[in-house]
Amino acid sequence: MSDPAVAVLLADEPARPMPRLDTKKLGVVALRTVSILLFFAIWAGFSFANARYLKFFNPILMPSPLDVLRTGIELTKSGELQSDILASLSRVLQGFVIAAFLGVSLGMAVGRSPFLESLLDPMLELLRPIPPLAFLPMMVLWFGIGEASKIAFIAYAAFFPIFTTTLEGIKYVDPLLLRAAASLGANRRDMFRYVVLPAAMPGIITGLRLGFGLSFFVIVAAEFIAADSGLGYLINDARTFFLVSQMLLGAAVIGLIGFTFNRLLRILEARLLRWRKTAWN
Amino acid sequence: MDQMATITRTKIRIEGVSKTFDNGLTALARVNLELAENSFTCLLGPSGCGKSTLLGMIAGFVQPTTGRVLVDGTEVTSAGADRGVVFQEYALFPWRTALENVEFGPLVRRLPRAERRRVAMEHLEMVGLKGHETKFPTELSGGMKQRVAIARALANNPSVLLMDEPFGALDAQTREILQEEMLRIWQQDRKTVVFVTHSISESLFLADRVVVMATKPGCIKAIIDVDLPHPRDRTDPEFIRLERQVKQMVREEVDKLGVI
Ligand SMILES: Nc1ncnc2c1ncn2[C@@H]1O[C@H](COP(=O)(O)OP(=O)(O)OP(=O)(O)O)[C@@H](O)[C@H]1O
Ligand SMILES: [Mg+2]
Repeated sequence: MSDPAVAVLLADEPARPMPRLDTKKLGVVALRTVSILLFFAIWAGFSFANARYLKFFNPILMPSPLDVLRTGIELTKSGELQSDILASLSRVLQGFVIAAFLGVSLGMAVGRSPFLESLLDPMLELLRPIPPLAFLPMMVLWFGIGEASKIAFIAYAAFFPIFTTTLEGIKYVDPLLLRAAASLGANRRDMFRYVVLPAAMPGIITGLRLGFGLSFFVIVAAEFIAADSGLGYLINDARTFFLVSQMLLGAAVIGLIGFTFNRLLRILEARLLRWRKTAWN
Repeated sequence: MDQMATITRTKIRIEGVSKTFDNGLTALARVNLELAENSFTCLLGPSGCGKSTLLGMIAGFVQPTTGRVLVDGTEVTSAGADRGVVFQEYALFPWRTALENVEFGPLVRRLPRAERRRVAMEHLEMVGLKGHETKFPTELSGGMKQRVAIARALANNPSVLLMDEPFGALDAQTREILQEEMLRIWQQDRKTVVFVTHSISESLFLADRVVVMATKPGCIKAIIDVDLPHPRDRTDPEFIRLERQVKQMVREEVDKLGVI
């Protein structure tokens, strides 16, 4: 994350021991594992039954988890999968970083200034309900078929949740805490750095997580329309040749990457917001 | 007592102060009050008589509609580190540990790191919270939170300490213990204290002067000097006599409100 405020917070707090795993947690983990295994069993069972007895579809249209895995191994050997993952990830990260920077800084500026809010908010409210996808063809015309159009598109889509949660976080700081800080001698800068910013941090982090999820959500669409690499391209390309297991592979990899990053962001969140979690332990 | 010489110097002067809120409600009407340096004053009165409003004016959170508030001869226009505030709702920073909360004042006064640690530790110890430095407010009981809040206000060494029903949310035992500790701290390190409370017994236990406020609109009904020596005994006949006298006055004000 590029946000300097996060770095400040990380540096400011002394280390505390992390909570340990307990048996109750282990039980939950076991159940979650069963849930995932069950999903694959149903999928494999359906695919097998379709191929042998039901014949709903041509078996090639209903591959089993194993077929998908086999495709994955093939595409990894040829290096195609890695380069597609890299292409998508780099677009998502670049777009997300731009969105995070613009969303957080604009959210802060607007949250501190009622003038800016009245000026910018109606404009953004006008744009917000329009699905970002509607602007994709236009962005391709503007930024060309290269990387820029996809990055711009991701940045645009991820901007809104980040901006909104930052703005709300900054605006709705408990006035009592501001009074407390003022009577302890805080000036406006101190107040922002030591009160407003940490108070808004939970909202900002939620926004970043939502924004990141959205980045993944829209990358596939962007790569459908205008790309010759990336996981979206991998899926769309497979359509031409009825390679359903390649399509499913693309989807699965996107799911895995999204899941991994969400976990990482959650871990970061738990670290930054320790003061909130301690009450439940 | 050599304090007698200084006790007459006026620290806080409230001159013809009224407050009418935007909604037309007059919370305070023509309040005049002088508080001596190093004195301990309790503001006592029924709910809604404007105690918090008056305290907020001294703190600089609320501006009077007419009149003015002077601290050390200077008109109050905003909050400042010379006037420490302890809120009824603690108002601790939830993302800072007990120690970091107490460090806040020294931090914004740009004290060096080691120095602000030392000051904060010293004050946490003073309120009996040694060993709880690294706890977050969510991990502390109400009484402990209020101790942190008191330590935080005192760590700035303000000359005025403003407390708005600081012990209102605590159980009777914790409340009495904190009252005793409050007195100990005040006697050790004299400040001009303005303490808002609903409790007659609390005000008579702590204060040099009890300011009884009237309602509708808020103004001063009576000022009672409490000349009993510390530590005060709540079963002392003089204490009980004063308690009865004040109860009568507060009762009249509550009756005036007509909501019971
Ligand atoms: N910001 C405000 N706007 C309008 N009215 C207000 C505002 N703040 C306080 N009041 C009103 O002013 C009156 C005095 O309020 P204040 O909080 O000073 O009373 P109080 O004596 O502290 O009461 P309590 O003991 O319940 O805390 C009340 O009637 C209250 O409703
Ligand atoms: Mg009040």
